Amino acid sequence: MLDGSDPFVRFRNVQKSYDGETLVVKNLNLEIEAGEFVTMLGPSGSGKTTCLMMLAGFETATHGEIELGGSPINNIPPHKRGIGMVFQNYALFPHMTVAENLAFPLKVRKMTPAEVEEKVKRALDMVQMAAFGDRKPAQLSGGQQQRIALARALVFEPELVLMDEPLGALDKQLREHMQYEIKHIHENLGVTVVYVTHDQSEALTMSNRIAVFDDGVIQQLADPVTLYERPENSFVAQFIGENNTMPGVVESVAKGVASVKLDSGDTVKALAINTDGKGSRTSLSVRPERCVVSQKKTAGLSSLKGRLEELIYLGDHVRCRMNVAGNDEFIVKVPNTADHLGLEIGAETYVGWKTDDCRALDFKAG
Amino acid sequence: MSALTKKIVALAGVSAFVAGNAVAADLTVVSWGGAYTKSQVEAYHKPWMASTGNTIISEDYGGGIAEIKAQVESGNVTWDVVDVELSDAIRACDEGLLEEIDHSTLPAAPDGTPAVDDFLPGTLHDCAVANIVWSSVYVYDSSKVRNWNAPKTMADFFNTDAFPGKRGMRKSPKVTMEFALIADGVPVSEVYDVLGTEEGIERAFAKLDTIKDDVIWWEAGAQPPQLLADGEVIFTTAWNGRVFNAVAAEDQTFEMVWDGQIYDLDLWVIPKGSKNVEAALDFVRFSTATEQLANQASWISYGPARASSVPLIGTYHDNPEIQMADHMPTAPGNFANALQNDFEFWADNADDLNERFNAWLAQ
Amino acid sequence: MDATQPITAADGTPLKKKLAQAMFRSKLRAAGLVAPLLAFVLASFIFPILALMWQGVHNDTFARYMPNLTEELRVWDGVSEPTEEMYALLVADLKQNRADKTIGKVASRVNQELAGTRSLFTSTARKAKKLEPPYKEALIKTKKKWGQLEVWQAMKLTNQSLTPGYYATSLDAVYTVDSGFVMKEEKRQIYTKLFVRTLFISATVMLLCLLLGYPVAYLLATLPLKYSNLLMIMVLLPFWTSLLVRTTAWIAILQSQGVVNDLLVWIGVASDEGRFSLIYNMTGTIVAMTHILLPFMILPLYSVMKTIPPSYMRAARSLGATPTRAFIKVYMPQTVPGIGAGGLLVFILAIGYYITPALVGGQDGQLISNMIAYHMQKSLNWSLAAALGGILLGGVLVLYWAYDRIIGIDNMKLG
Repeated sequence: MLDGSDPFVRFRNVQKSYDGETLVVKNLNLEIEAGEFVTMLGPSGSGKTTCLMMLAGFETATHGEIELGGSPINNIPPHKRGIGMVFQNYALFPHMTVAENLAFPLKVRKMTPAEVEEKVKRALDMVQMAAFGDRKPAQLSGGQQQRIALARALVFEPELVLMDEPLGALDKQLREHMQYEIKHIHENLGVTVVYVTHDQSEALTMSNRIAVFDDGVIQQLADPVTLYERPENSFVAQFIGENNTMPGVVESVAKGVASVKLDSGDTVKALAINTDGKGSRTSLSVRPERCVVSQKKTAGLSSLKGRLEELIYLGDHVRCRMNVAGNDEFIVKVPNTADHLGLEIGAETYVGWKTDDCRALDFKAG
Repeated sequence: MSALTKKIVALAGVSAFVAGNAVAADLTVVSWGGAYTKSQVEAYHKPWMASTGNTIISEDYGGGIAEIKAQVESGNVTWDVVDVELSDAIRACDEGLLEEIDHSTLPAAPDGTPAVDDFLPGTLHDCAVANIVWSSVYVYDSSKVRNWNAPKTMADFFNTDAFPGKRGMRKSPKVTMEFALIADGVPVSEVYDVLGTEEGIERAFAKLDTIKDDVIWWEAGAQPPQLLADGEVIFTTAWNGRVFNAVAAEDQTFEMVWDGQIYDLDLWVIPKGSKNVEAALDFVRFSTATEQLANQASWISYGPARASSVPLIGTYHDNPEIQMADHMPTAPGNFANALQNDFEFWADNADDLNERFNAWLAQ
Repeated sequence: MDATQPITAADGTPLKKKLAQAMFRSKLRAAGLVAPLLAFVLASFIFPILALMWQGVHNDTFARYMPNLTEELRVWDGVSEPTEEMYALLVADLKQNRADKTIGKVASRVNQELAGTRSLFTSTARKAKKLEPPYKEALIKTKKKWGQLEVWQAMKLTNQSLTPGYYATSLDAVYTVDSGFVMKEEKRQIYTKLFVRTLFISATVMLLCLLLGYPVAYLLATLPLKYSNLLMIMVLLPFWTSLLVRTTAWIAILQSQGVVNDLLVWIGVASDEGRFSLIYNMTGTIVAMTHILLPFMILPLYSVMKTIPPSYMRAARSLGATPTRAFIKVYMPQTVPGIGAGGLLVFILAIGYYITPALVGGQDGQLISNMIAYHMQKSLNWSLAAALGGILLGGVLVLYWAYDRIIGIDNMKLG
């Protein structure tokens, strides 16, 4: 059913509106290859969960087509789509034991009792919960419930698994542990996973590709490295990782490098990624770990004067909050080497970065 | 006017004033509601309030002595005068729930006949004074076109071949069982003798069995005229005053069948421990005077309990063409085959017959 | 340290004792907070129920008002001829009853055991003053019945203050001096039939409420707020109308000249002569009670359904279940606590209903409560009413126990 040219999942010009007045999803186009782990990342209300629900069949697209394995599924009810799903609150059936929960999708598919037992056992083994088959969900911890929910979504061997913020209710340590576990299961089984989260570190850890959602639109779709290293607009730059912004006006653009006059009066160079050319407003974006603090200007770097406002010692590095070009929330991460020992609050220093690390993006007020 | 009579009038005025003050109170008078209570309000309550300056609070109830018993035994008596049926009056009196009423204080007839001689036989009791004679009859709607001739006798009520259709009856063995025996051919004079035997009870139930599937049972006095007006039943037993009122005031075309009527008394009683005994007694004396009893008869077709009231009965208050005397249970044309309810029989057998009646109903 | 030795606090007192001392104050405070409610419940609920149960087995009217005769009756064997002394004591008591105005109470009590004795007592008491010895002869001369053994046996029975008689009557049996408990003949049995009918009607009403209420509760729990609020108002509307008004409305709708029958005649389902009897029978009782009790089923169901997140149904469907299967296998089992609570509530309320059956029940739609009301209000046989109520209470407790065993009481959710 899959030929080489068709992607496994495809959203084509999909729009969704609940009230007929505003669009929750605006003209979505997204293609997912078989075996991929794609994460839909975005703040709440950005339309990512709606997209997932449309894919699962619980919401219908107002316009556009959704295809699975090359054929449109808009009119196929959820139970015939054969898509596994893990819910935010796990949705384990409280009146059934763990084993009964896992057996549910198998019995629905009219498998023989022997088959059911075999598959349930294998699924429990997969999530290391073999001893818990007779428990009720309420007798399990959050992490255990999570595993069972995962096992249940996988037990009937779907080709596509959807996960709607499945780790949201777990504490940080457990969440990180489960991230690896899900990643490994994905790698071992080779299923396609569409994962929804608002936690960017989770997205970076697990995904092959990430679709950053905001305001019903995919802002950028890329692998984690690209997304972090080369954000294409201010929203992505802000949302993924930490970021320092400096507003200014483009004075000139030459060979992909813009000269930008900052609102503080300094002029710096930056990669012209997303500007409207000479005279337009822009936001410069620099990652904190790409900045260098030094007593004097460093050759080959764009350098601005800054004043050290606050120091936070974090062991492996020191976080410096500085006032640079009128922005007193400018963060610089200084590695824990002998160098940092000279830093003092109130000290006037230079902050520098490579032109390649500074990106001129669309201007966003505030 | 002589000086002496002047003095007497003045004295009477003063004493009336004093007495009026002494009894000044809100009197709670309890009766059966509907047209009947209205007749009492018009004929007794209003004139009494006007002459004494007291107020009367009129309440409705559904009969029985449970409420009186509860009030007396709890020591919180809020009812002052209650209109009850004879068997209940006797029973409540026996149980010490009522104030005694001295018959010699009741007002004499206008011609001077003492009250004890003027009241009809059996209407005065230790704790109760009768005000009306009422009757249970059965009734049909003459405007509804049916393919039968008008019923004439009690037997017709039970004749489902000649008169097919539903019948309304009171859900109580009282009256119902007597009707059954009268319909079965027992002369009215022997009804209670027959009903006093096991065979007689069986006979009554056997007669009732013949119409059991066609009976709709009613419990409140206002129900039967309604059932008949709604066309739910072709016949229904009813209290004659309620039927008369439906005819006179609501222009219904009901006809009563007086054959085999069973008449009974309604009496005033005063619950023991009433907080207004004096006023209550005053009200009872006032309302059972010849004139008031006669006046009541122009509001509803229940017969006055005093002989001296009968000649004074006039026309319906709303329609001078209706001579009330013709509609009384005791009117000669209606009284031909009448039976008086035997309170003693029912005092003895009500428990047992009620139980058997309920069991019979449940079968 | 020896393991068996109790652990002590720093001052040497055993830790357990110390803890108890520390807890005492807070326990006292908790008790103080609960005490007013406890006293209220005791006074307004527990005590009346106990008093009622007591009244069902205890009636000392006879022994109290016939103080002279009572001792003699107790020792009398119940079969031998009553002696002149017994007659003399009877007359003494009757005289006293007459003076005290208690004769009605005694007469009513004896009449409960033997029909036709009320007037025997009241009329004899009226003449008691004039009676001269020998009393036996004088009494029998006044009323022949005084010579009958039956009357004396009835007196002996009523003389027992603690009596199983009322409970026997409640189960259609008779308790007599010489033969103990005997079932009444078939056609005089009433209470057992009514108990069975009450259970049957209550169960039917409960099932109907469940069938009708379940979809409504589901809609209430799943519709968007603005629609569900409107629906909720419609569900609650009957609560704001008086019971009598609602019941009378059913009369207008269901009677043979009523709306439903008119409609059926109009569309030709029934002929004008062959209108259906929809009221003044069991059908009427069931319809009207179902309507009145429906909110009591809907509300607990709703409150349970409200807590079931839609993700369960979605999960079931994503796992491959059809909507129907998902509903039956996943949704419905989770509403069991609501079904249990609503069912129990409706059933217990239905068991005690009497106004509605009295108005629309006709003869075969009457429930046991109507008999209890009758004995409370009309026949004034409160002891029998208490016995009937006691059996009903016992029945409800048994059902409650069975429910606990089968479904579990902590599984019940009222909201």
